[in-house]
Amino acid sequence: MDLIWEGLRKALELLLTLDPEVLRITLLSLKVSGIATLLSVVLGLGLAVSVALNDFPGKRLVIALLNTGMGLPPVVVGLFVTVLLWRNGPLGFLGILYTPLAIILAQAVIATPIIAGLGLAALQHLPPGLRLQILTLGATRPQMVWLLLKEARLPLLAAVMAGFGGVISEVGASIMVGGNLKGSTRVLTTATVMETSRGNFEVAFALSFILLVLAFSVNALLTHLQQRSRPR
Amino acid sequence: MNRSTWLRWGLSFATILASALLPAAQPKEKAVILATTTSTQDSGLLDELIPLFEQQTGYVVKTIAVGSGQALAMGKRGEADVLLVHSPDAEEALVADGAGTNRRLIMHNDFVLVGPPQDPAGIARHSARESLQRIAAAKALFLSRGDNSGTHAQELKLWKAAAIAPEGQPWYQQTGLGMGQTLTIAAEKKAYTLSDRGTYLALRKKLGLVILHEGDPSLRNIYHVIELTPARFPKVNTAGGRAFADFLVSKAVQTRIKEFGIAIYGSPLFFPDADAPEPDAGRR
Repeated sequence: MDLIWEGLRKALELLLTLDPEVLRITLLSLKVSGIATLLSVVLGLGLAVSVALNDFPGKRLVIALLNTGMGLPPVVVGLFVTVLLWRNGPLGFLGILYTPLAIILAQAVIATPIIAGLGLAALQHLPPGLRLQILTLGATRPQMVWLLLKEARLPLLAAVMAGFGGVISEVGASIMVGGNLKGSTRVLTTATVMETSRGNFEVAFALSFILLVLAFSVNALLTHLQQRSRPR
Repeated sequence: MNRSTWLRWGLSFATILASALLPAAQPKEKAVILATTTSTQDSGLLDELIPLFEQQTGYVVKTIAVGSGQALAMGKRGEADVLLVHSPDAEEALVADGAGTNRRLIMHNDFVLVGPPQDPAGIARHSARESLQRIAAAKALFLSRGDNSGTHAQELKLWKAAAIAPEGQPWYQQTGLGMGQTLTIAAEKKAYTLSDRGTYLALRKKLGLVILHEGDPSLRNIYHVIELTPARFPKVNTAGGRAFADFLVSKAVQTRIKEFGIAIYGSPLFFPDADAPEPDAGRR
């Protein structure tokens, strides 16, 4: 119990003194997971819309696959992405293993199915007649998609929060494809693992608290957006 | 939210993405991937040496701290540029295989058998071999790393020397974790385990485990640096790997290794060996 208080104290100390290393790690976490989430929003919502609005053979299988993808273990993703990005691997020519870009890539693979799966459920939950109604009012197809997304924005923003929560908190993929390099790919979760194994438990707790505050801030912002634009 | 808001979001997204891509575009040949063991990183030794190397040579070192088993596997596939490891038998296999070359002795410290102060199996003041036999006879809980690390390899060798097959016994559990975590679990479960001295010293205050056996010649923990064979791996940064290996055996760095940890722990964590004869030759 003492350790937790000590960690809280240490977290405040590191934040208030603007410890440059901790600041860099925190900003990198935010940047990497933020970009990965934005990428996943584009890819995931694209997937969700195309599956929701089209009928094709094997649609149920695709939905089942997407739903399975929501539980994709980060360490499995990390392993696949590492092997793909190895210098002797198929994408080795990119030379991005052990860079922040590799973490963004792996995290996007983790968050895309989460946002696609939850987004699809949100779109399918809309009244089935809505689409026809919008089209008969003379909307073009892009306008119709836009209106549907707006209509489902509440659960869609929840999907975005789930995606962000999934990647800001994962450590398995980040440590494998990033390598926990000081000053380059060290993010809050990988730094926490390292400090724990070094026995610096109070620093590990401090980093955990910073991670929780960061996750809370981002989600508070998204919740604000979600509740502000709530249909009356 | 209207269309222009989304447009603004899109633009800021593109800006952030571009800023993330830029730092990744460093010249590739400047980066040296060092695959090493967790003990060199967790003890803080590399934090002291690597900035010095980067400053002297202009290379950027990417330290991938994993178990020796994984580090050697990365070397075998040409996915690292230089290895700093402590698993002599596996190292020799890598060199014999032709993947590794120019294996040089860097430093040593030693392994210690640690356990709860009550010492339920009564292993204190016995040799390493007798200690393990006593643990097995008392069926006292022993935690193994179980992760193919150098420490794990050493532990398996000790069991073999004691003529005991612990695998599958209820008193023998594998954590599959790093040394620091394994020590923490051993402390919680009041179990015995084998640790390198450096990690144990770094964690000692928080553990409540004591050293029950040390100093046996079979407990020597030897670190080598290994370069990779250029002919086998055209993509490996052999010049960078060679530069790092040369750096480690240099006089100045050997002195740094000797002095490392004295200020914090009161005793050195590693003993430099670059000028010492290869110990493996005498052992076999």
